[in-house]
Amino acid sequence: VRVGTNGHRQRSARSSYPAKYSAAGLFRRGLASQPWPPAWQPQPMKDSYDVVIVGGGVHGLAAAYYLAVNHGITDVAVLDQGYLGSGGSGRNTAILRSNYLTPEGVRFYDRSVKLYQRLATDLDYNVMFSQRGHLTLAHSDASLRTMRWRAEVNKVEGVDSEVIGPAEIKRLAPFLDISPAARFPILGALWHPPGGIIRHDAVVWGYARGASAQGVHIHQNTEVTGIDVAGGRVRGVTTSRGDIATPVVLNATAGWCTLISCMAGVALPVTTSPLQAAVTEPVKPFLSTVIVSGTLHVYISQTDRGELVFGASVDPFTSYSMRGSLEFIEGLAGHVLELMPALTKVRVLRQWAGLCDMTPDFSPIMGHTPVEGFLVDVGWGTYGFKAGPVSGEAMAQCIASGKPPEIIAPFGLERFGEGALVGEKGAAAVGH
Amino acid sequence: MILLPCAWCGPRDATEFAHIGEVSARPGPDEVTPGRWRGYLYLRANPCGWTRETWYHRMGCRRFITVERHTLTNEIRSVSAAGAMTPQAPGRPGAEDPPPAVPPGAPPARPSEAPARGPVI
Repeated sequence: VRVGTNGHRQRSARSSYPAKYSAAGLFRRGLASQPWPPAWQPQPMKDSYDVVIVGGGVHGLAAAYYLAVNHGITDVAVLDQGYLGSGGSGRNTAILRSNYLTPEGVRFYDRSVKLYQRLATDLDYNVMFSQRGHLTLAHSDASLRTMRWRAEVNKVEGVDSEVIGPAEIKRLAPFLDISPAARFPILGALWHPPGGIIRHDAVVWGYARGASAQGVHIHQNTEVTGIDVAGGRVRGVTTSRGDIATPVVLNATAGWCTLISCMAGVALPVTTSPLQAAVTEPVKPFLSTVIVSGTLHVYISQTDRGELVFGASVDPFTSYSMRGSLEFIEGLAGHVLELMPALTKVRVLRQWAGLCDMTPDFSPIMGHTPVEGFLVDVGWGTYGFKAGPVSGEAMAQCIASGKPPEIIAPFGLERFGEGALVGEKGAAAVGH
Repeated sequence: MILLPCAWCGPRDATEFAHIGEVSARPGPDEVTPGRWRGYLYLRANPCGWTRETWYHRMGCRRFITVERHTLTNEIRSVSAAGAMTPQAPGRPGAEDPPPAVPPGAPPARPSEAPARGPVI
């Protein structure tokens, strides 16, 4: 059965596998205590595939899913050195937004938010997207000016953003300290209603289930050890579980993107740094928006379980180490209390780190490389998770048609040779 | 975070320093092509392993040092004044301050870790 673009389809068009999830099914299985069928099927590894995607995170799996449903390319393998979503897809703070600074960035992330809005229906998987609104606080005249700029660019591109004052901020987030006596007084904020949080593991699993149902092979615990390039063309990949012949390799890794690209002889303008995050014990719901402060290097949201999730800026030097540091949690706690003094008694449950591939212009690198058949979807810095669906959709189109679609045209690797950088530092994340 | 043994001040917290980045040879401005110059500006080896990099002790002696660090374990193998080739004992000043940029004689990133820089730009 042919399905519509991006899997937007009627219920009757669904194939029999996977079994559709529904409330009635949950009730029936609860009564019968039947085991749930696996969400995706493990497959034996073949000698050759039409497309090999390196990286089983949201980017790689989304690309595989959209290759199958939008372009009918199903002879695809997704390889991951660990388990699905073990990298950046499971380590981010799950915030979605599209209030960027450059028109290229706004258009791109707005498409992503729109895909996320339909994702639960398209994938038949509850991704728990909560569009609760996103507040970026301004503590200085300079950042207030940048926010006004961002709001106007957003409005031109049709994205809902507005600069609001302290009174309105207090109404949206009563626990914020808006007194002028604060060390960093809150002068205003960029209010972005479509922003919110999502369950990042569910996004990964939903894409894996959808891709697997279309015939995509998912190979976990399969590390790529080499890429076979001859005559400027990709011939295949070498993995820890054997060789695979393929004409197309997509590098959709985070953290290891320079190492994978290096195997194909492609140098990238990327440095890798850890970014740390932390989560507290659950408390009663009190925070209905996402709070971000660039000056204080912190973003805060409350999950559906009541835990507060904190993220920070990237560590100030390059490293592949994913160990947390006491210094981070100390600094973070100070900054959070600066914003919400009422949280003094809340205890941190755990902290972790993920790897961020930073590019010189704080924008990703997507599209073809000088090696034919070797494509990249890398350099995602601190903003990769929120772009998963749109980059998967665009990279699928890029692979199927052989040329990058307009929405990712500004983000090609060649921009660094041409000096046509996309300056997104003002809005890509908090403090760099 | 990590402790960085400054060549002049001894072990200090890494937050006192600014991480400048990998040591790479700057091409001569007179003969370089725009493509090679942009490669020098943007492309990085970014190895997962030992790397030679420049740090600036901004909250201390305000001098530049060259550090050999393992990027996976953050272990530090040697520290020297930027531009000087031999490691020095912490606490003793070295030769004259080199300019902040890497001198032309400094070896590039080790060949085994440096990716081919040709085809991209």
